[in-house]
Amino acid sequence: MSKSYFDETHCAIGHPKSTFMQWMLTIDHKRIGLMYAAVMFTFFFVAVSTAFLMRLELLAPGSQYIDGDTFNQAFTLHGVIMIFLFIIPGVPAVLGNIVMPLMIGAKDVSFPRLNWFTFWLYITGTIVALASLFTDAGFADTGWTFYAPYSINTSTNVIFTLVAAFILGMASILTGLNFLVTIHRLRAPGMTFWKMPLFVWGIYATAWIQLLATPVVGITLVLAIMEKYFGIGIFDPAKGGDPVLFEHLFWIYSHPAVYLMILPAFGIMSEIIPVFSRREIFGYRAIALSSASIAGIGYLVWGHHLYTSGMADTAKVIFSFLTFFVAIPTGIKFYDWVATMYKGKIILSTPMLWALGTIITFTIGGLTGVTIAMIGVDIHLQDTYYTVAHFHYAMLGGVVFLFFAGLHYWFPLVSGKMYNETQAKIAFYLQFVGFNLLWFPMFIAGYYGMPRRYFDYLPEFQIYHQVSFVGAVIFITGLTYMFVVFFKGWRSGEPSGTNPWNATTLEWHMPSSPPPLENHSKVPYVDFNPYEYHHGEPVVKFDYETMKRID
Amino acid sequence: MSHEYVPEIAVDREGNEHEVQGWQDDFYGGKLGFWLFMFTEVLMFGAMFMVLAYYNTLHPQDFLDASASLNRLLGGTNTVILLVSALTMGLGLLKMRVGDVKGAKLMIVATIILATAFLVIKGFEWNAEYKHGVFLLHDKLLVGTPDSLPFGQKLFFGMYFTMTGLHGFHIMIGIGLMIWLLKRINAGKVSQDHHILFWNIALYWDIVHLIWVFVFPYYYMIGADGIQMSDFSMIFGGATNGH
Repeated sequence: MSKSYFDETHCAIGHPKSTFMQWMLTIDHKRIGLMYAAVMFTFFFVAVSTAFLMRLELLAPGSQYIDGDTFNQAFTLHGVIMIFLFIIPGVPAVLGNIVMPLMIGAKDVSFPRLNWFTFWLYITGTIVALASLFTDAGFADTGWTFYAPYSINTSTNVIFTLVAAFILGMASILTGLNFLVTIHRLRAPGMTFWKMPLFVWGIYATAWIQLLATPVVGITLVLAIMEKYFGIGIFDPAKGGDPVLFEHLFWIYSHPAVYLMILPAFGIMSEIIPVFSRREIFGYRAIALSSASIAGIGYLVWGHHLYTSGMADTAKVIFSFLTFFVAIPTGIKFYDWVATMYKGKIILSTPMLWALGTIITFTIGGLTGVTIAMIGVDIHLQDTYYTVAHFHYAMLGGVVFLFFAGLHYWFPLVSGKMYNETQAKIAFYLQFVGFNLLWFPMFIAGYYGMPRRYFDYLPEFQIYHQVSFVGAVIFITGLTYMFVVFFKGWRSGEPSGTNPWNATTLEWHMPSSPPPLENHSKVPYVDFNPYEYHHGEPVVKFDYETMKRID
Repeated sequence: MSHEYVPEIAVDREGNEHEVQGWQDDFYGGKLGFWLFMFTEVLMFGAMFMVLAYYNTLHPQDFLDASASLNRLLGGTNTVILLVSALTMGLGLLKMRVGDVKGAKLMIVATIILATAFLVIKGFEWNAEYKHGVFLLHDKLLVGTPDSLPFGQKLFFGMYFTMTGLHGFHIMIGIGLMIWLLKRINAGKVSQDHHILFWNIALYWDIVHLIWVFVFPYYYMIGADGIQMSDFSMIFGGATNGH
């Protein structure tokens, strides 16, 4: 059997003999992506547990298991882990790293050593973030947004979290930079921008946001540290500063950041839909350009987080108007996906199920987002469970669902094995039902005025919290089961072969499964579109030894 | 990594050969990556300039007063030093590209000396300001003490110490990078044919001096109007606040 990337690797320093050190020092993009996945999903489960703790506390009004201060720390921990440790690096660091170079026919990313360094920078960030859990002052209780002046005045260890967010931001910038150069420089000969798979387009748009928005939040966090520990006064009203300025600077990054999360996820959707419909994607250029325009417009909408902050009315109207604009390219994408499926030969494998589920959940998440982009409605719904539900429908029901879709889709590529499809589908249905049961009642509770981040509530809201709790139990069951299915597939799955889905993009044209160390045996010449199907069969065929076309 | 990198050849269906760009030996990729990284620096300082401009519009007179009390002789000297250092760094790169390794090394050493001089002068400046009670968490920049400055001036100095401090930090990193560059040149890793590291560090140094070119006028020059020439004779007369 030929050697795969599990058997051999290039290292950043020297040629270590031990397998452990080979993994620690590896510069192979596939191994680095796998390590990201391992770390990220560990933290993901920590954050899920924190969320479940909050659900448990909210099962009945009044204090059950934890006090209010602990609850504040719990939602901060949940937010910080989910946002900074999981979902922002998420799809690019894991699937972007593993799949993107394969898709463009490159041997690795442009700066493999920088990639290695970035991974360890990320690890450093996670350690700093969680270190404060074990200090006397305890974890930050500010929420993941660190709003001034509370973050300036609280006695909890905000500095750890701020420094960690800065380091993780650096890691994010470097990942984006690496991918930008890779996509510009290392595409296989013949592959123009219009021949790139749409996942690569998603990663490309994301990389620009990572590069152009993250420095702003980086410096904002530095300024917040300067404010808290050196009293420079710019965010503290007691010293002449303006706390709303912090909100502006924070959201200038953090709103584009949600597009940074969703764009690569949309890229996954654009891969899965044509493959499992056995049809060329409808509106390739429209989808590619809508990614770019979401990235562009997403930059100009941050003010919709500040409707209740006392911002000028003119600014509110402009921000509201611009926010509606984001819905247009997003809508274009969804119509294109649906149009791709029209008259297609739809195969309901697990990745496709996840993608279809996401079309439902993200549509709810997206449209509720449009409602709270309206100023009048938002004044009523700001900081209620409605916003929380919208956010989770878009992020969990959009980004994470598609992330899971991508995991199912590329699992055979990465491991060379196949998970049990039936069991994976059961896991999907459990999570889909649990998810909707968990979050949908929150729309109603929020509409009736249940405020977010409260650890107590009026008895009339109890029914919604109880339904949510049941949903949470089902969802977490499905989630755990899904990872059990993955684990079993990894340990004892059937060998999948190089192209189990009959897909067309380059990452499925490997000489062996799992792929060898330096990817394709030869770099192919790309003179075809990414999704060419004819009568439900892939058009382009390769001799995997010479990478010459044989169709 | 001693063996020569040979790019792969991809063949299309007509049999034409196309050279494949690998990640090894990618001069333009290296340059592109570093330009993008420099862009993030511009954004970082850009955000701080935005904060500065915002408070300037809220407290225009305080900003002028605070700026007037800065020491323009030291700041101006530092500006000249940094501009000259950008020249020496650029000349070093030019010398390396024509193969004059010794001259290039000399220019890098000159840049390091100038950068150190910048930091020393900056140190004197901060020291004088400290002695006048203008420093973070100190005397005049505290709230509610008898001689605390008005809000606008406090904000000005808060940002002044943050931005010049962060800029000074970049200078220190630059010195470290240049020392590393000298070691790489001595080890033969950076040469006439393979000078991407030199190129990028020169680019870094350019950004560092470019940021200063914006920092200097915004902090030192906006309040320069109405300053007597005799003030320039007081070398350590910075940060006095006679208003």
